[in-house]
Amino acid sequence: MIKINNFIIPLFSLIIFCLLWELLVWYNNWPNYKMASPSDLWPAFWKFKHLFLIYGWETFWRTVVGLILSVLVGLSLGILMGFSKTIRIGLYPILVGFNAIPKATVVPVIALIFVGMHNMNTIIIVILISFFPICVSISIGLSTLEREYEDILLSLGANKFEIFYKIALPKTLPEFFGALKVSTTLAFIGTNLMEIIEPHGKGLGHLFDSGKISADYPLMFAVLITLAVMGIFLYYIVVYLENIFAGWAIRK
Amino acid sequence: MHINIEKVSHQYETKQGMLPVLKNLSLSIKRKGFTAIVGPSGCGKSTITRLVSGLIKPTRGSIFISNKRITSPLSTVGMAFQNPVLLEWRNVIKNIILPLEIVAKNMTYNQKKSNALDLLKLVGLEEFENNLPSELSGGMKQRVSLCRSLVHNPEVLILDEPFAALDAFTKEDLWDVMHKLKKERDFTCILITHDLREAVYLADQVIVLSGRPASLQYDVKTNFNQEKKISDLYSSEVSQLLATLRNQIEIAQNKND
Repeated sequence: MIKINNFIIPLFSLIIFCLLWELLVWYNNWPNYKMASPSDLWPAFWKFKHLFLIYGWETFWRTVVGLILSVLVGLSLGILMGFSKTIRIGLYPILVGFNAIPKATVVPVIALIFVGMHNMNTIIIVILISFFPICVSISIGLSTLEREYEDILLSLGANKFEIFYKIALPKTLPEFFGALKVSTTLAFIGTNLMEIIEPHGKGLGHLFDSGKISADYPLMFAVLITLAVMGIFLYYIVVYLENIFAGWAIRK
Repeated sequence: MHINIEKVSHQYETKQGMLPVLKNLSLSIKRKGFTAIVGPSGCGKSTITRLVSGLIKPTRGSIFISNKRITSPLSTVGMAFQNPVLLEWRNVIKNIILPLEIVAKNMTYNQKKSNALDLLKLVGLEEFENNLPSELSGGMKQRVSLCRSLVHNPEVLILDEPFAALDAFTKEDLWDVMHKLKKERDFTCILITHDLREAVYLADQVIVLSGRPASLQYDVKTNFNQEKKISDLYSSEVSQLLATLRNQIEIAQNKND
């Protein structure tokens, strides 16, 4: 019963949301080029179904590859900073300063450095935008490990590596997955920023830009909905992994 | 395993300069003995546990376990703290076998498990072997923590206020669990505590440390009974002992002022 409710209640709220949206457009009598209504979306999808498939896949794989690489970068930096105070002190100001730069301004710079290399450009931006939360959460998790946890193993003559993979790493997994959820959302911002700004781009961002140029609101909204669906999909993959690897931290 | 602490002085580096915590401390604990160390807050009791376990080296002096000078951690030491520090992602049995994964890498999982189960039975938690720590009460967690500190059959057990955060009745239960473990297993024990009744009930020797920097102030044997019972704590003999100890603590505190 609970399972059905978990499905029916969100579905119900989604239907009400779409109805209200439709009603708003209908009541104000807004034309297509001013505001799209939910009933316009499906025709827009259907009209460009080929492009949605090709571009959707491009955006998706670039995001996923970028996200995986940003996990690797974030993890390595986080581990280094978590274990060495010197590295932490040395890298923190650079990382914080770097993170403070709005990534939209970095996009043209990257696009100019690697002209025409769409895939690489996009993936670089995804990494730049999403590694930071992972790096910070891992380094804080590792550097705030209570002394007693280390003492149990150290007093038996365990080495640093054993302490890391038996205690420190599993203990920071919940923080890691929390950060990964944030990074997943950020990663889509990264891919789309690059795809929109870069000339002759590919991916859903490019499709969105084409919609903008021709004032095709139904197309633009259809892209937004697709991105939302992809975002939800990736988010729940992360939730699934979290349940496997850090399920112990989730209160039932 | 007798333990000798010989003329040990220790100081920590702090922002305000060097902070001496131990000054010329000498004491010896006989083989299979159970020694409780009491003293004013912050007098350096926990430093002793870290010194004996080899986690830190004394600034001056030396510590010997059965005539062998300690310079680094030994795998023959078990530790339990006020915070049970169980690994939340491991069930009870896997928490207990953790030390074996470090000191007995060749042992099969089944052997490790049976060692752990023996201890779990002793502390009366055999039904909870597959539970996660988050499903246990404070007293149960502390029992598991005790099992973990003993699973590799250490020669020295170091207890740093393991019962301090428990309520009065749970505490008394665990005191009896401790008696049972001491009877079944063969180890020398050092207990750091603030609870004089606990010290008198569990240990056969109670040591009072002076205020910081701590040195030996008072040393008393507490073998008032072969088999100690909670009711013994209300006898006049023990009351007198407790009063003496309380008085010694006050002297130690005054020195600190």
